[in-house]
Amino acid sequence: MEQVIANGFYLGAQYALIALGLTLIFALMNVLNFAHGQMYVLGGFITYTVYGQLGLPFVVALLASGLTLAIIGALMEKFLFRTVIRRSLREESTMLLAAATAFFLDAIILLLFGEKQRGVPKIVKGVFNEGGIILPYDRLVVGALALIFIAAFVLYMQYSRVGRAMRALAQDRVAAQLMGVKVDRYSMIGFAMGAMLAGIVGGLLVTITGVNSGIGGPISIKAFLMVMIGGAGVVGGAIAGGFILGMMESVGLTVLREYGDVTYLVIFAALMVFLSIRPNGLMGKPWG
Amino acid sequence: MTQRAMTLSVKIASVAVFLAIVFIAVPVLIAASGRTDLYYTLTSVALLSIASAGVWLTFYIGRINIGQGAYALMGGYVSAILVVNHGWSFWPTLPVAGLFCAAASVLIGLPILRLRGVYFAMVTLTLTEVARLLALALPITNGAKGMVSIPLPGALSVFGLTIIPDFATLRNSRLAFYLLAVTLMVVCFAVMYRLVHSRIGKLCQSLQQNEELASSIGVNIAYLRVIAYAVSSFFGGVAGAIFAAISQSIYPSSFTVTDSVNFMLNCFLGGLGYVFGPMLGTLVLYFGWDLLFQTGQFQLLIYSGLMIVLMLVLPNGLLSLAAPTRKN
Repeated sequence: MEQVIANGFYLGAQYALIALGLTLIFALMNVLNFAHGQMYVLGGFITYTVYGQLGLPFVVALLASGLTLAIIGALMEKFLFRTVIRRSLREESTMLLAAATAFFLDAIILLLFGEKQRGVPKIVKGVFNEGGIILPYDRLVVGALALIFIAAFVLYMQYSRVGRAMRALAQDRVAAQLMGVKVDRYSMIGFAMGAMLAGIVGGLLVTITGVNSGIGGPISIKAFLMVMIGGAGVVGGAIAGGFILGMMESVGLTVLREYGDVTYLVIFAALMVFLSIRPNGLMGKPWG
Repeated sequence: MTQRAMTLSVKIASVAVFLAIVFIAVPVLIAASGRTDLYYTLTSVALLSIASAGVWLTFYIGRINIGQGAYALMGGYVSAILVVNHGWSFWPTLPVAGLFCAAASVLIGLPILRLRGVYFAMVTLTLTEVARLLALALPITNGAKGMVSIPLPGALSVFGLTIIPDFATLRNSRLAFYLLAVTLMVVCFAVMYRLVHSRIGKLCQSLQQNEELASSIGVNIAYLRVIAYAVSSFFGGVAGAIFAAISQSIYPSSFTVTDSVNFMLNCFLGGLGYVFGPMLGTLVLYFGWDLLFQTGQFQLLIYSGLMIVLMLVLPNGLLSLAAPTRKN
């Protein structure tokens, strides 16, 4: 059982980091970023190229992943989402754009990196084995790094000037603008940060699970699940949702093993019931 | 008065032209050119536009529905199971599949229709996954192997008069399927048009704008939402049932999240403000994808690139070109 909980905790840290990026973009722009999974995959492939192929240090690869995705995110916001939001009669039109960018990134990833499953050499060798828990050291390192990134993100949002501006924007766009917050600039920074987080998790997880061009969609769905559990647009909710989903997956895979591959069916069903009782998730704001 | 009479005659004329095109011109042209493979493409377009019409209806009450694939899958399985396991004829399974989906959507819709915006979108998205996983897990759906070799639709006769001949005996079952799909599409969009221009349609529009306000002046919003969602799922189920009949098989992966997203994209592309938007959107997206097939590995890149450009230029859908800009 300790093993199951340790696995769940490790998964949860990764998931929380994915969900944070998605929820940040949603909070700032009311955009449901369908391309989040694809950004994750792209981050994974960049780390694969820099660390696995070119042989540069892992930290450099991780930085490259984060930076590339941040630039892509900023450009997407500036040239695509901002324009469509301004011109469209209905806010939901951004969903078509988001889906189209997801397809676009999928196509680019497929062209650049092919469809093979890719992995990289382990970053740390050895296995932690004590008190009934078996965890390879690289998982521990990746889990710890994820926790550090989460903490850094939360602190940044809480105490930096940029973070404060973004929180104001998420709370009330018009009021923030009236108080002199440069809405356009911080929307762009927020989108870039969200994309950067996706890229970083991709870079972290490629060292463990590897990456292939087809996992973007499923990752997006998982990210949506976490955001729904925790509540859309709330930092705390995304973290909670990530850990809850990680734990449910880990426990479910063990407990429900004899019934076949039904873990996600059970999770979905539970989520439906949960959402009918609490439509806005654990901590979400009501929509409308 | 004269102007109204004129617009009415214009409407009747355009409907007549449309019917003439789909029922006479298209079969004649295909027969002349010998491209019978186009029947399959056009049949798919007709069926997908029925499912998309359902999605459009949920947009009309202000909900983003990315779960139509679930109902299409459900409809396909209901029809397939009734035909294969219980020896039903295909024709009665068509309305049964639709009604089954409508009933299921009432049960599912009652809790989830309380959600709004992205929450509803995300729940319906996961609904598609639930449907796929259920089809994999349930014993009656035959798991990942799916249901195969479903017999073609048989003859349909009323009081001894054969209305529709047995599809298996037809020389050109593709044409038969095309006519069936197009007829259903015409009926479906006629129903949609009538619905949108009725009192219920106006009430639905009030939901789209402000549910609280609508509720405060006595609109039964919970009832309307469920009705609209049930009609939407009915369309999805019927489309799925015919798809299963055409391909004579159905698998858990017959309708996936991608299909659900595509149904939604069809509506966006055609224009959310126009009843016939989903039809146009489906036609353009499906044919665009088919035409780009020659570009090989760049197909998806060009397709999605065009979609992004289209979104930047015409964010309110293709049909917004025809309509005068209502802003200002």
